[in-house]
Amino acid sequence: MTALKIPTHQLSRFQSLIALFILCLVLSILSDRFLTTANAWNVMRQVSVNICLSVGMTLVILTAGIDLSVGSILALCGAVTASLLKNGLAFESLNLFVGFAPLGAVMVGLALGVGLGWFNGWTITRFSVPPFVATLAMLTIARGLTMLWTGGFPINGLGEQFAFLGTGWFLGIPMPVWITAVIVAWAVLLTNKTRFGRYVYAIGGNERAARLSGIAINKVKMSVYALAGGLAAVGGILVTSRLDSAQPNAGISYELDAIAAVVIGGTSLSGGKGSILGAVLGGVIIGVLNNGLVLLNVSPFWQQVVKGLVILLAVMIDKANTRK
Amino acid sequence: MKQPTEALLRVDSISKSFAGIQALQQVSLDLYPGKVTAILGENGAGKSTLMKIISGVYADYQGRLFYAGEPVTFTDPKSAQDRGISMIHQELNLIPQLCIRENVFLGREPRTSLGFLDVKMMREQCQALLERVGLALDPDTPVEQLKVGQQQLVEIAKALSLDSQVLIMDEPTSAISENEVAVLFHIIRTLKKEGKAIAYISHKLDELFEIADNYVVLRDGKLIETGALKDTSSDALIRKMVGRELQLHRNDRSSVSSDCLLQVRDLALTDPNREQRYLLKAIDFDLFKGEVLGLFGLMGAGRTELLEALFGLRPGQVEGSIALGGRKGPFRRPKEAMQAGLGLVPEDRKQEGLVLGMDIAQNTSLAVLDELVSGGWIQEGKEAQLAEKYRRELQIKTTGIRQRVENLSGGNQQKVVLAKWLATKPKVLLLDEPTRGIDIPAKNEIYKLIRNLATEGLGLLVVSSELPEILAVADRVLVLSEGRLTATIPIDESTSEDRILTAAIPKKHPSP
Repeated sequence: MTALKIPTHQLSRFQSLIALFILCLVLSILSDRFLTTANAWNVMRQVSVNICLSVGMTLVILTAGIDLSVGSILALCGAVTASLLKNGLAFESLNLFVGFAPLGAVMVGLALGVGLGWFNGWTITRFSVPPFVATLAMLTIARGLTMLWTGGFPINGLGEQFAFLGTGWFLGIPMPVWITAVIVAWAVLLTNKTRFGRYVYAIGGNERAARLSGIAINKVKMSVYALAGGLAAVGGILVTSRLDSAQPNAGISYELDAIAAVVIGGTSLSGGKGSILGAVLGGVIIGVLNNGLVLLNVSPFWQQVVKGLVILLAVMIDKANTRK
Repeated sequence: MKQPTEALLRVDSISKSFAGIQALQQVSLDLYPGKVTAILGENGAGKSTLMKIISGVYADYQGRLFYAGEPVTFTDPKSAQDRGISMIHQELNLIPQLCIRENVFLGREPRTSLGFLDVKMMREQCQALLERVGLALDPDTPVEQLKVGQQQLVEIAKALSLDSQVLIMDEPTSAISENEVAVLFHIIRTLKKEGKAIAYISHKLDELFEIADNYVVLRDGKLIETGALKDTSSDALIRKMVGRELQLHRNDRSSVSSDCLLQVRDLALTDPNREQRYLLKAIDFDLFKGEVLGLFGLMGAGRTELLEALFGLRPGQVEGSIALGGRKGPFRRPKEAMQAGLGLVPEDRKQEGLVLGMDIAQNTSLAVLDELVSGGWIQEGKEAQLAEKYRRELQIKTTGIRQRVENLSGGNQQKVVLAKWLATKPKVLLLDEPTRGIDIPAKNEIYKLIRNLATEGLGLLVVSSELPEILAVADRVLVLSEGRLTATIPIDESTSEDRILTAAIPKKHPSP
């Protein structure tokens, strides 16, 4: 009976861990290539982008919102960063050319992501546009801007320094894994230990009670969308750096993978309940599953079917738990 | 006990447990046609569980139900309804976006021969039902535009339309004003004449003596006593419910000082939907240090609106002046009102007071996190201290400050809301229906707390639709009627309820 006293959100995290463990166990039996260090780093590098997006998505979903625009913001920020790096910025009428070092280009890319996310938050709070609609609009807008900016062509050859972010190693660990780990650690502290994090949960749990408690709801919400945008930009920079190329079609349907990770991690779409670590686990489960199916030579079409079933199963189990 | 007729509904030694906790133990009772049976018990005594079994909400239980002598089992509320048993829930079950008519006929809409909805018929029947419950409303009005009390009456209309033989009413008067209670009682008397059996749950004993015939007392899931109300008294019933003597205490009140804390002058609140119309007009009052000021009014008088206007929840609609702690209102945001020293314990603690998924400590600290952080980080030790302090002071019954508030009883939840606001160290606390839906012992505790806070020098403005509550806690009472203050009455032993009620009832030709 004592086991029943674990709060449901922790129980579901516990269950995801067991599921992940079983998944790894099965895959390591089925494929001798699964349980190797090289493959482990490979998986972690692959999931790092999704986890970046999932962290932002968790914050948004905790406030009972949703952000459909992160895939497009990822592409636009990646493309802008790449083009600044490669071509700089020319103002012909002023006869001015500005060149960008990798750091500068990355900063602009990040700022753009934060700005677009902030714009999402602004339309949602100032004009009461439902988050689904506001970010659906941004999904289209940012994708269109990406096409305009790149002319529909990839931007290649971005230099070794920039490539280090996506492909380099530091202290024996791939850079994207470092970056993602730092973001996750920061987000865990943010949600659990800070006033901002508490406000995020309070708004998602009961917005009216939060408002009556003097919390500046709109400020918190705008910050949350800005963070989601910024983290999408991080994802965009990582993807661009790893491929040494900004693809205009990058990040298509990544928002759905991020939502899937958040949901598998036990976060409630109605807000107020869930955790960053849950989303990380969800992201890893999706990543391991994809990787395993590739190693087992399963058709990519089947991979999609399996992923969908896993999402469904995870939420069904979660619901069955909370009903008790 | 001799009964003239056979029981319409017989509950035979029913037991039910939740996750190992026994909620009902071998409870038996009979509901007779043409009789109102009062179901009494403190919160957690098992009343709601029992009613939910009777109305088919819970299908897994031990024991048997008999309807008109035949054994019956219900798998869901629909099967109970089909058998003629329906329940009016304490928490409202209406769909806000749908109109009254659609709600009343939900799930059993009459259709024309072509299979389309028979709107005309529904409208006519609905109109008749609304007239029966004394609501002068268009059946096509969306439910979300109705006040809570009106919604309660719509629920009752819906139950009437089912033409049930057994009606269960769970706290039907908790959200309605006294003149609506009169309408409800009139309906109940008619139903009695028609031979319906009614189970009536209420904490308000006066009501029960007025309307009920028999009573059943439950305590801790067990049947304590059944009998006829004419053979017992309030005090005897309360003794059975709690196992000890208890009543609404009139507390000593000697704490009022001459320092004015809150000064409201010529306050007006415009109607956001209709220009040039006022929800409140010409409101003047002072609230003194150490004073409990009651605010009484019938439904629609503007009680909640007044609190919202004071607390900065109606920005742009408030005219006039508010002065508190050296600051001038009207305040534009709750934060501004809080900085001036106001706190608001709202009417609906689940919807507005608490974040149910959070624990006691997190709810207690929510409005004062600014003081508990250093560099954005929450000082968890300080938070726990704060929560622990109020848990002790307010005697919140809990397994610990990390217990989630959704698992607390109504009275304890209300104490957590109070703790949250006391933590802000307010000068003036506004309380909207502070004891709505909580049991008598918890009510008395809340009253005591309110009086203690006054003694400590706070000013309290207590909105209540229950006159005994006003008489039990307040030093003075402001009476609101149709958005205007119609009387300010000092309260002492001789204050009569009649005088307050007279001031609250709208006059025939109200000034606009």
